Amino acid sequence: MPRVEIRFAGFGGQGIGLLGRLVGEAIALYMEGKNAIMTQSYGPESRGGASSSDVVIDEGEIAYPKATHYDYLVVMSEEAYHKYIPNLKEGGTLFVEENLVILDEHAKKAGKIFKIPATKIAEEIGSSLYANIAMLGFFCANTDIVSEDALKKVIREKVKARFVKNNLIAFEKGKNYKG
Amino acid sequence: MSETIQKEEDRTVLTGEYFTTGNLAAAEGALAAGCKFFGGYPITPSSEIAEHMSYRLPQVGGHFLQFEDEIASIVSILGASWGGWKSMTATSGPGYSLMLENIGLGIMTETPCVIVNVQRGGPSTGLPTLVGQQDIQQTRWGSHGDYEVIALAPNSVQECFDLTIVAFNYAEKYRLPVTLLMDETLGHMSEKLIIPTKDEIKVINRKKPKDDPSIHLPYKADDDLVPPMATAGEGYRVMTTGLTHDERGYPVLNAETQEKLIRRLIDKIRKNKDDIILLEEYKLEDAEIALISFGISARASKGAIELARKKGIKVGLLRLITIWPFADEQIEKLAEQVGNIFVVEINAGQVTREVQRAVKGKAEVHGVFKYGGAIHTPEEILSEIERRIK
Amino acid sequence: MTDKLLKAVEHPSDVFLRPGRIPHIWCPGCSLGSVTNVIIEAIKQSGIDSKKISIISGIGCTGRAAGYLNFDSFHTTHGRAIPFAIGLSVTDPERKVIVISGDGDLASIGGNHLIHGARRNADITVICVNNFQYGMTGGQVGPTSYEGQFQTTAPYGNVEHPFDLPGLAYSCGATFVARWTALDVRRMKETIIEAILHKGFSFVEILGSCPTTYGRRNQLREGLEILENFRKRTVLKHGADPTKTEISKDGPIIVGKFVEIKDKSTLTDNLLKVQRIAKATKARGL
Repeated sequence: MPRVEIRFAGFGGQGIGLLGRLVGEAIALYMEGKNAIMTQSYGPESRGGASSSDVVIDEGEIAYPKATHYDYLVVMSEEAYHKYIPNLKEGGTLFVEENLVILDEHAKKAGKIFKIPATKIAEEIGSSLYANIAMLGFFCANTDIVSEDALKKVIREKVKARFVKNNLIAFEKGKNYKG
Repeated sequence: MSETIQKEEDRTVLTGEYFTTGNLAAAEGALAAGCKFFGGYPITPSSEIAEHMSYRLPQVGGHFLQFEDEIASIVSILGASWGGWKSMTATSGPGYSLMLENIGLGIMTETPCVIVNVQRGGPSTGLPTLVGQQDIQQTRWGSHGDYEVIALAPNSVQECFDLTIVAFNYAEKYRLPVTLLMDETLGHMSEKLIIPTKDEIKVINRKKPKDDPSIHLPYKADDDLVPPMATAGEGYRVMTTGLTHDERGYPVLNAETQEKLIRRLIDKIRKNKDDIILLEEYKLEDAEIALISFGISARASKGAIELARKKGIKVGLLRLITIWPFADEQIEKLAEQVGNIFVVEINAGQVTREVQRAVKGKAEVHGVFKYGGAIHTPEEILSEIERRIK
Repeated sequence: MTDKLLKAVEHPSDVFLRPGRIPHIWCPGCSLGSVTNVIIEAIKQSGIDSKKISIISGIGCTGRAAGYLNFDSFHTTHGRAIPFAIGLSVTDPERKVIVISGDGDLASIGGNHLIHGARRNADITVICVNNFQYGMTGGQVGPTSYEGQFQTTAPYGNVEHPFDLPGLAYSCGATFVARWTALDVRRMKETIIEAILHKGFSFVEILGSCPTTYGRRNQLREGLEILENFRKRTVLKHGADPTKTEISKDGPIIVGKFVEIKDKSTLTDNLLKVQRIAKATKARGL
């Protein structure tokens, strides 16, 4: 597998940083022969505003750590979609939170588009906070990037104990969602 | 009781595999090196180091203190070092500026300690949350007077851990404050970190005096030009001053004492350069063009080398892991091999200037600069090479 | 016989003075010599193992004291004695760290460290010799100079108001606060013993004489004149409210042990407490 670049993006508070971190950690620690780097945007604000995190994956040493031409773009806000769609590779894969993003003609460059009402699914479990993990399950099911086992392992390790159960439910629902 | 002690030791080195940031890796590296005191002041993008140390140090029998400013922070770690504890602080450009006078005190009193500078864009408040590599010359010349320093530049999360240990080892071995020049991108990015077992980690501790306290001369150096170091409470009645001093540590304010002392402070680094200078050579064997870079910029440089070689341009990289003392001789040798050297750095030419000096006209030196806020992309570096080499 | 003679001329403080460092640099009429002697006597009588004593100074005339005393001694940079002392003190709870420095050093350039050191109730003793101006640099006005005082940078009289150091230290959290003049050698010694043995931040202000750069510009030409002036104005008042001890040009100088609070936790206490909590905390990943 050659170098793969993924950008996750949305607004602050959606757990975008965690998405990148979970994917990066699952790959770096639990998938043999693969390296991963996660970087994220840092602004002065802790809440609100735009948020993004990048995961770069490669079999060998990863020289350049940032994502510039995305193989995968996962967007959970309208603003993020408009901001980053120009950098999606021609034929790349686009994941969108369908209730928060209205696609326009730029989406045509995507080879595949996957849509999920991640926030609505999360709210059915009890909180919109699980939307990122519902998206993660959906992403996992529709790509060959990262194994389900590895992701579930890092969810159990990285998410606060009392939220693990609902996050795993969100992950399952996202994974089984058929658009 | 013995069980408690065992527990403490186990928590010093968290052997295992992690996916973590450069900042946390540097903090864990410090602990693995035996750091027991951290004095600091919050500043982006280094604060996670302080936060992590505040959580970890008390677990291993050390102390964390947040001070009123960076001046107090650097001075406190000098104090703790004289108490016999390995100590560190972490900051970014503005804080490093405030520390400079007392880094000079550390150099003059030969006090081992480590300062991590997670660089951001400057000058002044600049770009608090964005990358820079603009404190290279400040690290070398920032405090007043003549002296030599040691500064190391990691380029991966793993190296943030490994080189923090090396920084402590150099600090202890050569008795001076050592700076770890990180940057925002490295501090905040996550990748795999392997923490080895305690036995696998090489830790150097300061030399202790063996003579009787009644005849002890605290600033009488051994053949390696480094004096053994007694610390407070050992009965040696330590005497230190930032004033020019003789072997007794007494202030003696004249040209002769000054020359003897300053020459030794400089020579203890210069004469041990071979031990201190760490470099990585990457695809230089057949290179016709060389990149020289360091820190995060060296990773972008490696990306550029891949692109260039695909196009048949033979480019290699000399990565400066040790920035100070500067690798003059190795760079001059490289200049004899290649016609053109490109220096890739996120500043307006601070290392380029040194390279120009070191090549002695034997190669053309080009700077590939960014001014802070973003790291180079491999494409940017390649296009600069192609633009200059027709 | 010769040995006996030599012993006879040995000064009782010699053992605590660094061999070969005397004569000191202080001017005739300066009170720093006698203050240093009082500090040595206090340390001796405190009963503390001399190995456990560390002396820290900043820069200035008083700042030279560390270099003369034969303990672990650290002559640091201007204003920075207190954070150095804190870093040193927390590495050993039994260590007694004594800062000896001047008013310009501790209250002006080092003022931020003074107030925060007091706030933390750091386990150190600060002895501040106040000579109302910057002596070593030639007599410039300082943070303790009174309004109208003449100095080289106040040729028409000082335009500012002074810090009252006991009030400053107390209001910031110091748990032991006292003031004496350089004349009060016995009481000063008793107070310094108590200050060293005190757990927490102890602050002792000593009003000193500087005929060379303060006195001669302010109609007090000789060291003795300054001390005589102190004597006339001194009012002994143990337990005085330290917010009401400000010194003016001619008004009374209130001296005594003003504050002693024994039940406030020290910085070292709290650091050790945190260690106990942390050691019992389950590790989390990176």
